[in-house]
Amino acid sequence: MNNNDIVLRVEDIHKSFGDNEVLRGVSFDVRRGETKVFIGPSGTGKSTLLRCINQLTPPDRGRVWLDGEEVTNSGARINYFRQKIGMVFQNFFLFDHLTAVKNVELALLKVRGMGKAEAREKALTELRQVGMEDWADHYPAELSGGQAQRVSIARALAMDPDVILFDEPTSALDPELTREVLEVMKKLARNGMTMLVVTHEMGFACSVANEVLFMENGVVAEQGSPDLLLHDPRFTRMKDFIGRIDSRMDD
Amino acid sequence: MDQAVFFFEILLPALMQGLVVTLQLIACSAPFGLALGVAVAVGRQYGNPVVSWLCKTYVFLIKGTPLLLLLFILYFGLPSIGITFTAFVASVVGFILCNGAYNAEYIRGALISIKEGQMVAAQALGMTRWQAIRNVILPQALRRAIPGLSNEFIYLIKYSSLAYMITVIELSGAGKLVATKYFTYTESFAAVGIVYLVLVSITTIAVTILEKRVAVPGTVRATPSAQL
Amino acid sequence: MDILPILIDWLPYLLSGIASTLGLVLAALGLGVLLGLPMALGQVYGARPVRWVVGIYVWFFRGLPILVLLFLFWFGIFPALGLGELSAFIVGAVVLGLRGAAYQSQIFRGAIQSVGEGQMIAARSLGMSRLTAIRSVILPQAMRIALPGWSNEYPNILTDSAVCYAIGVVELLTITSRMVTQTHITMPIYLAAAGIFIVLNYGGLKLLHRLEKRIAIPGFGTGAM
Repeated sequence: MNNNDIVLRVEDIHKSFGDNEVLRGVSFDVRRGETKVFIGPSGTGKSTLLRCINQLTPPDRGRVWLDGEEVTNSGARINYFRQKIGMVFQNFFLFDHLTAVKNVELALLKVRGMGKAEAREKALTELRQVGMEDWADHYPAELSGGQAQRVSIARALAMDPDVILFDEPTSALDPELTREVLEVMKKLARNGMTMLVVTHEMGFACSVANEVLFMENGVVAEQGSPDLLLHDPRFTRMKDFIGRIDSRMDD
Repeated sequence: MDQAVFFFEILLPALMQGLVVTLQLIACSAPFGLALGVAVAVGRQYGNPVVSWLCKTYVFLIKGTPLLLLLFILYFGLPSIGITFTAFVASVVGFILCNGAYNAEYIRGALISIKEGQMVAAQALGMTRWQAIRNVILPQALRRAIPGLSNEFIYLIKYSSLAYMITVIELSGAGKLVATKYFTYTESFAAVGIVYLVLVSITTIAVTILEKRVAVPGTVRATPSAQL
Repeated sequence: MDILPILIDWLPYLLSGIASTLGLVLAALGLGVLLGLPMALGQVYGARPVRWVVGIYVWFFRGLPILVLLFLFWFGIFPALGLGELSAFIVGAVVLGLRGAAYQSQIFRGAIQSVGEGQMIAARSLGMSRLTAIRSVILPQAMRIALPGWSNEYPNILTDSAVCYAIGVVELLTITSRMVTQTHITMPIYLAAAGIFIVLNYGGLKLLHRLEKRIAIPGFGTGAM
């Protein structure tokens, strides 16, 4: 494998909140066009890991590189890296006072310094990508959760990121709305977007992920293709975890 | 003297002249009071510890001091250390300082009420903290602060009358002069009062309309609109 | 700075000014409760004409500047009613109180309305009359809910009391203004006056908040507003 393919490198990330050591040395490489899915019990630092990558939560130790440039300790340049590392949140975090299209435009205008007409055109293009162009002039409070999440994906796409971080993008949604968001994400994966996804959706993981990382107690406990982790008898911990979830759902 | 002659030829013209001064006082104070309120609230909430402490202390001192005493300090006190304002300017400065401190409290409350995620999302897109505050946090916070800010605006209308105590002949002062000269206290002050009630009532209606105009569609506003 | 000896010279006058200022505030707060509470009850439980009259009263007293109210009553209404002999202090206290009642009635009204309807229904189901229910079930809760808002009226009334200077009440601002005229020391005296007002302001608030804590009911009121 060619080393140049690696777009994101995460090395030995540690993070504690007070006495609680949430991440205890996490490392992995992400190749361009790859989708990695993070699975594991809640509280094992998956969301914190994503936030450590774009420095919304600075890690205590460890380093992150994007395209060979160091993201950690980058000072004011962090805002450049954050444009290149998109992020989609569990609760969408759309800007509540702006319409869908203006949500997508805002950073283009204020961060990228794009002209108004160009930004509007780009924002509409991204909304079309996620099937939300008809809702461009609606405000967040007027959208369903699934629609809001699709707009927030468009907002991330508009910055032309090298990689997008998805932090439990469907956890706040009904199954019906979950599906429409997963469809959009599958399409992105097919079109070659590099994605890191924290999710509990095993179906999505199996059909889209190039690699699954099972996290437990702040470390990557198992790592491999979905097929390997689910069917190879040498791997047991993720299967146990999934079994626990399933039996809880059967109750 | 004929009641009608007194009312239409003496009282009313005098009050209208005073009203013009009152409106000038308000027009000169309100925009700067709002700007100061925004600056102090943002400084208190997002500034470094020194700035934050300064903003907090400023609000503490102003809220603790009677406005009338503040006006005395500005008009009678400052000349003793070589700073001289006209009565009108001293009044405007006092109103801005006072209005700004109270506005800051409402705006700060609104800033605190904006969910953390808004800042997180803005920063995740590569905005600096200041860009996020200006483009994402403040536009939302100011909308939420409208009921409180308009209450303060109404207070400004009423407390602009204190300018008379440092010799500015505004609405109340004009009424006082007529009352003393023609010995018509009840009538004159009642008339002055009615003008204030009209000003305040118009403002209340205007605020309700403004609030509807800038409301973000789909969000339900639980806060009642401005009260007197 | 030679301000300290002067302050000490004037201390008796300063203290009388402080007493006068606090007297105005306490009278206004007391009158505010005495009038404001019945007004609030009238607005919540009263017949339409009662609600109407209270509404007009509140609109009037909250819509007029304190300075204009003081002038209106001191020069106009009280003399016209044959009460021209009343001292400036009494008139000042009454006007602050009448106006305080307008503001405080709205605090009490909000508190009464925030006591759930279930409380009234439960009281009536026990056979209490409407009046008994209001007195022994609704009001004890409402007053506790109202207390924080009511406490916050104190600084407003304190700072407004200084406007009584305009009708010649010899309160703190009047005393300090006389000191300035007689000693020709300006800024230090004004700043000292501001300092005293600030101490009275936040000291009084602290006292009121302590009172709030003392009569708090565990677990009550935290989410009631």
